[in-house]
Amino acid sequence: MSACHGNPQQPAATIKPHGQPFWLLAELTYKCPLQCPYCSNPLDFAGQGEELSTEQWVEVFRQGRELGAVQLGFSGGEPLVRQDLVTLISEARELGYYSNLITSGVGLNERKIGEFRQAGLDHIQVSFQAADDEVNALLAGSKKAFAQKLAMAREVKAQGYPMVLNFVTHRHNIDQIDRIIELCIELEADYVELATCQYYGWGFENRDTLMPSHAQLERAERITNEYRDKLAAQGHPLKLIFVTPDYYEERPKGCMNGWGQVFLTVTPDGTALPCHSARMLPIEFPNVREHSLRHIWDESFGFNHYRGNDWMQEPCASCDEKEKDFGGCRCQAYMLTGDANATDPVCSKSPQHHKILAARTAAEQPVNTDFLYRNERNSRVFYKG
Amino acid sequence: MTDTLTPTQTPQLNPMFRLQWEQAQDSYVLLYPEGMVKLNGSAGEIMAMIDGQRDIAAISDQLMAKFPDAGDIRADILEFIGQAQQQNWITL
Repeated sequence: MSACHGNPQQPAATIKPHGQPFWLLAELTYKCPLQCPYCSNPLDFAGQGEELSTEQWVEVFRQGRELGAVQLGFSGGEPLVRQDLVTLISEARELGYYSNLITSGVGLNERKIGEFRQAGLDHIQVSFQAADDEVNALLAGSKKAFAQKLAMAREVKAQGYPMVLNFVTHRHNIDQIDRIIELCIELEADYVELATCQYYGWGFENRDTLMPSHAQLERAERITNEYRDKLAAQGHPLKLIFVTPDYYEERPKGCMNGWGQVFLTVTPDGTALPCHSARMLPIEFPNVREHSLRHIWDESFGFNHYRGNDWMQEPCASCDEKEKDFGGCRCQAYMLTGDANATDPVCSKSPQHHKILAARTAAEQPVNTDFLYRNERNSRVFYKG
Repeated sequence: MTDTLTPTQTPQLNPMFRLQWEQAQDSYVLLYPEGMVKLNGSAGEIMAMIDGQRDIAAISDQLMAKFPDAGDIRADILEFIGQAQQQNWITL
């Protein structure tokens, strides 16, 4: 082991069984032209350190590939803000990654879509906030974004990419679900993610203004299933992926398919995380500027911390479902109970499950749009504490 | 669907997918947006022959020449190609 691995401040890690990182998510920047109130970026993003350089990112990709990573996501913030994106795409292709650009479409144009294709980009995922410009503008904090997104989605298909459209649904747009699906059919999407809002980062701050009521959710799921049947009967290739919000479940999600098992995120400043929200946890995470990705994945304290079951408390420790859901999401446990080792309160066995029930009750209250928007100005409030 | 296949048809990879040899998996894999299908040995060998130029007969001949011990595998290849079409991995 080289000297750079020996950080005396870090507690010694017990190395626990784990797989290869299949997914490498590169959050290239926290800069973004939109201000979506459900953004999962950290609240204090405005105070994060300097972004990694082109060379540092390429080195991260090279090391990730050596560890067995295949899928590479360019994310953010808005990854189009990075001026070196074409270089990063072409290096990723050279290394054998399947690369995914996860974008709002704002800042994209026909020329760039062509350049990215030529550089070897495999797939573009365009996120929408709604199926019409009025609701889209309300959520994105930009009046021009919707028309731009439509134009770019059409261009992505015209240039032969597979296309995933992502709609984050919540109480302000979930009743438009039929129009959202119709729009996706019209845009010739290959996959549609109808992802019910999750409450991390900015999304948690805005939870009570975002969370749909139970009736809204049931209706949306029913309509989605009707469309699935209709599309299947037509032999239509569009696949609809409906992501149920865990706040309406009685068992937690098997978060990230297990801590440090398949997923590795690198944030703009080089911090390596087992999921894109984990930075909020009171755990020290390693940085790619100081450690190799192999050390980070295999040996670091942060990545080994919640591997296996040893850390679990009751009711998880004696639960026969612990291998299935790993006690749920560590970030959610921490946000809702103040204890990152607790059972995810989504679980009906959790002594804190009443917090989820209270959020469901709050979601029955009349709609308001008093959002805390995700932008630099609001972020500085959190940064300064 | 498989019974309508004939050896003169030419399969082509659906552009939604990328096929590559993946050392870490020790197999051919099909990559698609945010996912991967790991192919077993024979499926990988067949998929790797699909280039939009060779017809099914040519694919069968070349694979039988490459794996002489396997015997007459034409029916198996035809069956797999039918399955691959149903999975939307290829078009014919």
